[in-house]
Amino acid sequence: MASEELLIQYLPILLFMFIACAISVAMVFGSILVAKQKPDSEKNSAYECGFEAFTDARNKFDVRFYLVCLLFIIFDLEIAFLFPWAVSLKEIGMFGFWSMMSFLGILTVGFVYEWKKGALDWE
Amino acid sequence: MIGFNLIPLLPEIFLALTGMGLLIVGLNITKEGRGKEAAEIVSWTSCASYALAFVVLLGISWQPQIVLNGMFKLDQFAGFVKLLILLGMMTSLALSVRFIKDEGFARIEYPILITFAGIGMMIMVSASNLLTLYMGLELQSLSLYVLASFNRNSLRSSEAGIKYFLLGALSSGLLLFGISLIYGFTGSIDYGAIQATLMVLQDIPFGVTFGLVFMLAGLAFKVSAVPFHMWTPDVYQGAPTSVTAFFALVPKLAAMALLTRLLFEPFSALSEQWGQIIYFISVASMMVGAFAAIGQENIKRLMAYSSIGNMGYALIGLAVGTQMGVSALLIYLLIYMVMTAGTFAIIMSMRRDGRAYENISDLSGMSQTNPVLAYCLAILMFSMSGIPPLAGFFGKLFIFEAAVAGEFYVLAVLGVLSSVVAAYYYLRIVKVMFFDEAGDAFEGGLPFARRLILCLSIVFVLGFILKPGVFIASTQGAVAALFAG
Repeated sequence: MASEELLIQYLPILLFMFIACAISVAMVFGSILVAKQKPDSEKNSAYECGFEAFTDARNKFDVRFYLVCLLFIIFDLEIAFLFPWAVSLKEIGMFGFWSMMSFLGILTVGFVYEWKKGALDWE
Repeated sequence: MIGFNLIPLLPEIFLALTGMGLLIVGLNITKEGRGKEAAEIVSWTSCASYALAFVVLLGISWQPQIVLNGMFKLDQFAGFVKLLILLGMMTSLALSVRFIKDEGFARIEYPILITFAGIGMMIMVSASNLLTLYMGLELQSLSLYVLASFNRNSLRSSEAGIKYFLLGALSSGLLLFGISLIYGFTGSIDYGAIQATLMVLQDIPFGVTFGLVFMLAGLAFKVSAVPFHMWTPDVYQGAPTSVTAFFALVPKLAAMALLTRLLFEPFSALSEQWGQIIYFISVASMMVGAFAAIGQENIKRLMAYSSIGNMGYALIGLAVGTQMGVSALLIYLLIYMVMTAGTFAIIMSMRRDGRAYENISDLSGMSQTNPVLAYCLAILMFSMSGIPPLAGFFGKLFIFEAAVAGEFYVLAVLGVLSSVVAAYYYLRIVKVMFFDEAGDAFEGGLPFARRLILCLSIVFVLGFILKPGVFIASTQGAVAALFAG
């Protein structure tokens, strides 16, 4: 395979990357160059709709939020796999069907594990 | 569905099914309030399932065959390395059972994670496509990250896990970047197609070399070769000792086999390019392994540097790039694995008053307090430093022989010199045990599994000289398959 020709196909991506870099660099440095920067205590303080800040935004919260979030991502991905599978089921036939079934089976084992382990109980 | 044949995957499928089954069964036993027992039951059942997978693997044909549309390849090389992997898994799990109970983190997830890591490694060895390679590598790595921080009440262990995870993720990133470059320049991720494309190219495009370098950097992390070795000492020290034993025994073997197949199959046309890189990391690993270990006080840290050094010697076999070199590499890894298993059986037994000790100074005067253990460790240390007629000597001999035969004289001389330096710290352990003032005796004795593994290891180290032909013949057979095409 002529690698030159192949690479030409990727030229738009290269250009895109150059443009993306140029724009982001221009924006960041432009604001540094143009804007007048005279920090004072009022400018640097937190701003909540004109009120003084009520509390510190960096407070602790329950680690279970992360857990639920992580568990959600797994099933979110599952859905992402299921859509293309469902659309192309006619072409991929029984082989495709059983591939997905074994994938779902493995996921179910994980689900049973997290359920039994109590990861889904809030209290 | 051309070539839809699952028979070469039988051991992996079997392990995956038992792993998932045991996860559910173990959970049920734990729920009944028998948590301590559950870990033990699941561990021994897992051990038995590795043994069964071993038998299954021996039962299926090792004739080279590629299945799953070119994703997975079973040949003699893969078969042989997988047998070693299963043996290593069995050994390290058998060593762990008592240890995790003593240390108070006996949970069913421990053996299950070892099983999944093992499946990942077996897939790595059989990968015949860059995607399968990555998938196997990640399955293995993710399990290992969790294992490293398995003792989550210990700050050290958690730190080891996080550190391993971050650097592992970075190395995976490098590897993927390399893969994407390779795909961009050759137009394929299939080993056979990459090989065919690179063969016909007159001059190799710069991008391919670039991609190869990135892939090698990513994989050098996994085998802890210098200059990507920084995680090893911290992770080895921080992880629970039983996990360290597992790390030292198996994953490097799998990563080394993966590297070998990658370099000799798809990138065989680029041997000039990767030869230089492997040459460099081999020399650097030997040197760092030898010199950095001298000042270590913690025996697990010492073993980490020792493993870096040993990977350096093993890489000589790759740098030489001949069939002889690769078969020397395999036999070196086999011998290293057996010696390490024995050493860790002893390290795990360094306990007093219900606490694990892991400093070299804790070994002082062991020849008086625990003479049998002291003599065993002395034999293993002599073997590690490569003193004839022990097995470790032959491992190094084959490697250097291959280097000399391939006219890599500088590499061989550097190897011998660094092994002389390394001998210092192995022999220092012997000196501490035999000539320093005796401390308190280690208590608790050796549980049966540990004793068995230690005995087997010592028998192998002492007896290798009597029947070296068996091992040499099997490694040569395995490597011949790799070079046949």
